[in-house]
Amino acid sequence: MAKVNKALFWSLFAAGGTLTAFLFPVLALIVLIAANGTPPEIMGFEQMKGLLGNWLGKLVAFGIVSLALWHAAHRLRTALHGLGLRADKLVSLVGYGIALLGTLLSAYYLLQI
Amino acid sequence: MNEIKLELDILRYDPEKDREPHFQSYSVACQEDWMVLDAINHVKDHVDTTISYRWSCHMAVCGSCGMMIDGKPKLACKAPVKDYANQKVRVEPLANFPIERDLVVVQDDFMEKLKRVKPYIIRKEEKPIEEGEYKQTPAELKKYKQFTLCINCLCCYAACPEYALTPEFIGPAALALAHRYNQDSRDQGLAERHKVISTPEGVWDCSFTDTCSLACPKHVDPASALQQLKIATTTQWYKELIGMGGN
Amino acid sequence: MAYVRPVSTTTWYLKDRNYFIHMVNELTSFFVGAFALILLWGIGAVAGGPEAYQSFLASLTGPGMRLFLWVTTIVIFYHAIAWFKVTPKAMPVQKGEEFVPGSLIAGGHYVVWVVLTLIVLFLAGVL
Repeated sequence: MAKVNKALFWSLFAAGGTLTAFLFPVLALIVLIAANGTPPEIMGFEQMKGLLGNWLGKLVAFGIVSLALWHAAHRLRTALHGLGLRADKLVSLVGYGIALLGTLLSAYYLLQI
Repeated sequence: MNEIKLELDILRYDPEKDREPHFQSYSVACQEDWMVLDAINHVKDHVDTTISYRWSCHMAVCGSCGMMIDGKPKLACKAPVKDYANQKVRVEPLANFPIERDLVVVQDDFMEKLKRVKPYIIRKEEKPIEEGEYKQTPAELKKYKQFTLCINCLCCYAACPEYALTPEFIGPAALALAHRYNQDSRDQGLAERHKVISTPEGVWDCSFTDTCSLACPKHVDPASALQQLKIATTTQWYKELIGMGGN
Repeated sequence: MAYVRPVSTTTWYLKDRNYFIHMVNELTSFFVGAFALILLWGIGAVAGGPEAYQSFLASLTGPGMRLFLWVTTIVIFYHAIAWFKVTPKAMPVQKGEEFVPGSLIAGGHYVVWVVLTLIVLFLAGVL
């Protein structure tokens, strides 16, 4: 595949995979409950503001959003190659680009809260 | 003893006569405890002496008789005919390798890759003879023992979709063997092997389908070796980034 | 001349059950990534103030969004189960001479996962 060393991307993929495996199911459940009309207590604006205003909340939110995006970018890069797409440079640019953008955006938002 | 009727559809290819491989059918009356290898030997001895294939020990230690049996990479000496009784069995050379002739594949690519990973003890400083032998505890031995059991049968390469799609990939057996040496307490060659393992065609072409380990007749579990290699390679990469890669 | 058999780059994963499951596992990461973007959207909404946040919550309840979240949640659970299943292969643990059985390592992960989930659900006010 590409010429750039994959150790960095793979370590982000592995960390993201582990973190999302532990935390995404319950978060998805909570968001699903909210989507069905009755958001759980924690999803009230003031609670969210408090949670994400706190340094620990910022750190966890940043970590989990960012690593999840790097995980998906790397894994989909492999998956698309497996599906027959031979455009690794483009796929990498778009995928890792979105992950980088998401990383920067989440930091930007969280610093405002 | 009961008899088992086997219908073998064996791939034939004569590089001097054929443009493409084709299948040839053989009906074999097998004894019920035969392996597919016995059936093929019967064909060679009594039906068609022109058929070419590799085999030797007939006890799953030499690694010679790897072939695709009904689409799955197996050792022919370890595939009971009982499993294929009363059905047509396709017998083909190991997937993902060029066909030399009939069931014989060209293994040159693997042989080169095997050499490339430096599968031998590498010392930074040789221990002088006067200091005596290298000692190893049972625990240190156990750490890499499993990966010494590889018989180079190439079933894992036949099962690996990444090797099928990306022939440059160094592949399961060679990389697992590199890991075997990295894990050996007598070895000091991790940084040396890292140069080869950390290339795109090294461990990074592995997408962890686990099909190599499923195919391995000796339960070496190369997939596990490769995932451990990914972690070790990443660690080494970070170490070298901060100037601590001397190992 | 040695004969090289052609391999389909687009349909190889349909030829074997293990290949197919592998491809499915890889594609679960799409939903993981999508959910991360939804979380990012939500964080942005919190940063945008109460109205922006209420608008975000309202968007979640749209029928298309709800369906997508149902699928995403199921896929994310599948991702977690598949991930913990293979974790022992990447990190064998040697205790003395013997290795800790893989099932124990995976099992340990599942336990931690369940406990974490219950804690978060409790903190969230769901439980």
